[in-house]
Amino acid sequence: MSAALASLRSGRDAITGLVPGWLFAAVLLAAAVVFPYLVGSGSFLDASTQTLAYVIMALGLNIVVGFAGLLDLGYVAFYAIGAFVIGWFGSQQFPDVNGGKGIHILASDRATFQPKLSGGKLDIAGIHINFFIVIFIAMAITAMWGVLLGAPTLRLRGDYLAIVTLAFGEIVPRVFENSTSGLFGIGSTDFSHGRQGITPIDKINLPWSHDLLYSDANLKPAYWVALGMVLFTIFVNRRLRDSRLGRAWIAVREDEVAAASMGINLVRTKLWAYAIGAAFGGFAGVFLGTYNNTVNVDQFEFGFSVFILAMVIVGGMGNIWGVIVGAVALSMMNRYGLPQLNNLSEPLGFDVTAISFGIFGFFLLIMMVLRPEGLIPSGRRRLEFHEAEIEGAEDTGAVGDMSQMYEVRR
Amino acid sequence: MEAASITETASAPPPARKVGDVLNAYALPLLLFGALLAQFIYDPTGTLENVKTGLSNGMVWALIALGYTLVYGIVELINFAHGEVFMIGAFVSLSLWQTFGVTEQTGLALIVVSIVAFLFLSMTASATLNVLIERAAYRPLRNAPKLAPLITAIGMSFILQNVGLLWRPTPDQVPDLIGSHSVYFTIFDVDVLHSDVFAVVITVPLLIGLLWFVGSTKYGKAMRATAQDPDAARLMGIDVDRTISLTFLLGGLMAGAAGLIYALYNLTVRFNMGFTAGLIAFTAAVMGGIGNLKGAVVGGLIIGVIQAVSDGGDFLGLPLGEAWTPAVVFGILILVMVFRPQGLFGEETREG
Repeated sequence: MSAALASLRSGRDAITGLVPGWLFAAVLLAAAVVFPYLVGSGSFLDASTQTLAYVIMALGLNIVVGFAGLLDLGYVAFYAIGAFVIGWFGSQQFPDVNGGKGIHILASDRATFQPKLSGGKLDIAGIHINFFIVIFIAMAITAMWGVLLGAPTLRLRGDYLAIVTLAFGEIVPRVFENSTSGLFGIGSTDFSHGRQGITPIDKINLPWSHDLLYSDANLKPAYWVALGMVLFTIFVNRRLRDSRLGRAWIAVREDEVAAASMGINLVRTKLWAYAIGAAFGGFAGVFLGTYNNTVNVDQFEFGFSVFILAMVIVGGMGNIWGVIVGAVALSMMNRYGLPQLNNLSEPLGFDVTAISFGIFGFFLLIMMVLRPEGLIPSGRRRLEFHEAEIEGAEDTGAVGDMSQMYEVRR
Repeated sequence: MEAASITETASAPPPARKVGDVLNAYALPLLLFGALLAQFIYDPTGTLENVKTGLSNGMVWALIALGYTLVYGIVELINFAHGEVFMIGAFVSLSLWQTFGVTEQTGLALIVVSIVAFLFLSMTASATLNVLIERAAYRPLRNAPKLAPLITAIGMSFILQNVGLLWRPTPDQVPDLIGSHSVYFTIFDVDVLHSDVFAVVITVPLLIGLLWFVGSTKYGKAMRATAQDPDAARLMGIDVDRTISLTFLLGGLMAGAAGLIYALYNLTVRFNMGFTAGLIAFTAAVMGGIGNLKGAVVGGLIIGVIQAVSDGGDFLGLPLGEAWTPAVVFGILILVMVFRPQGLFGEETREG
């Protein structure tokens, strides 16, 4: 008991040690805000904006995997759902809505009407809802789906949980892909345009403005929107982590039975993790949908789930700052590191960018073998992963009782 | 039965069961069987055709599923890279045919010799690979939390998939050595193709051999002992590490054979074929009750049939088809894992 308390305390110290003071946070924030002025509005800013979206997803997945200890290999499903929500509510996908005149809620002028040569205005068909409304619609929808997909997995542990989530991650994009005339053959509405995907998607505009927030020539506002979303995500994550629910997640992660006997409602705790994790997947999905200007089922591969999972693991599961570092590192490596490597490998006659997922696989492997707790682990996690070394001899070679995902104490 | 199950539990007399329990236990098999029966009444010839295709295709899934079930039975790890081991097996056999210039025009005797010899070689290659994977990615993490080896398994799977991508960037044609699509004989209006016969002829001896090996040899006994309790097995003088390597070796052998059969059966191979095949075969293994060898074979056949019926398109008026098949198979995977984690026929497993 006292050992457990001590490990709790040292874990806490490690966390507080890593969390920067307010001054440091303010400096970091200021740097993040003025960052676009330093790098200009080129491809690096574009990469940074994408990275911010990945940071949101990694933080969302961190809630499920890092906090609650539920290995989710199908996170891409929520990206898909979020992206399709903006695809439906911010494009001309449903041309027959409202008698062909479309629905426009706080949409930009460009999404609302086309000026006619004769001087009048022609309504643009389809549903066009302001981005800042859609993100909350999408969060609600993905949270709901998180609960729906999470509910059947509540009884499962470890590997089985991972496989079921993986299966969901495979099914969701297939359902979207095949829903070109009605859903499951019911009705005849085209929900997805099949493999072509939905494009173009409305660009972001502020609710009180009729102009687009950014253009290809000036990506800075898009970056700031993403940064704002990241800040919101970090805020929610931090508050959740230190909340009653967050402590319940960690308790469930470490020992379900003990947590349940301490009065934690396992069902509710796990479902909240799925719901909130999924909501952030949808949150980022909406942004990426509009930012990439296309929603296409090819984006929603298993590889993407693993990409995000790799960010969480490389950075350090359960540690918000670690996950952010992991996300930035992997995203930037994907964008710049691999093409750099490519220059080296070209004489050898192969294209490194083609095998990017293999390289991520390699990182996962190396990471797990050499430093399973991640680059910047939470103290508690480090203890979990190195417990075998600490307590060592008594259960060397035990393949035995692995029915629990995390053996914390013995 | 007992001998063929790698995670057998003490055979206590079964408690008296209520009707509700029995119904509950058999609901899913009954549902699947009922669906097949209904489809048969709906479209007799087409269904027979699909069942035939499904059974011969299911042979390949069964071989791969054995690898999952063996490994899971013994180290409780989903060997994610197993599908890629299968893919590498198929690539090796194709490369061998290409290197030695075996084509449709080669004489029959040579073709037969090449198939037998290359079957052996691709099995060896896959088995070696599988053992190496265990050494590199799983053994260092034997004592780590369960999440860790699962993640290295995923990493390994991606690495191998990309090795496959570098090896053969585009789908490759396999020489049609056995005249895959020609009819061997016709029964009940169903054309049985060369490929169907080929799959059965190669697979059945392998399955029998494996069941015999695990059930009746000293090594098999060591495997079963390790699966039950590694610590106790070690105390009894069993080299647990070597037994685990042996398990991966056997799984790799089966995957290599499956790769060669798949190549000649479908006549095309591509680098990402292992991922889907792996998931399908894993579904089969779970369906049969993971750790249960015969269950994995039956599960493979069932999944094969489900897949063929779904591929067939019109299921009781529902417009399924190849685009929906992955969703159907994964949907069934979820149903089985959630409602029958011990498998359709299995006893309780440790996950269940």
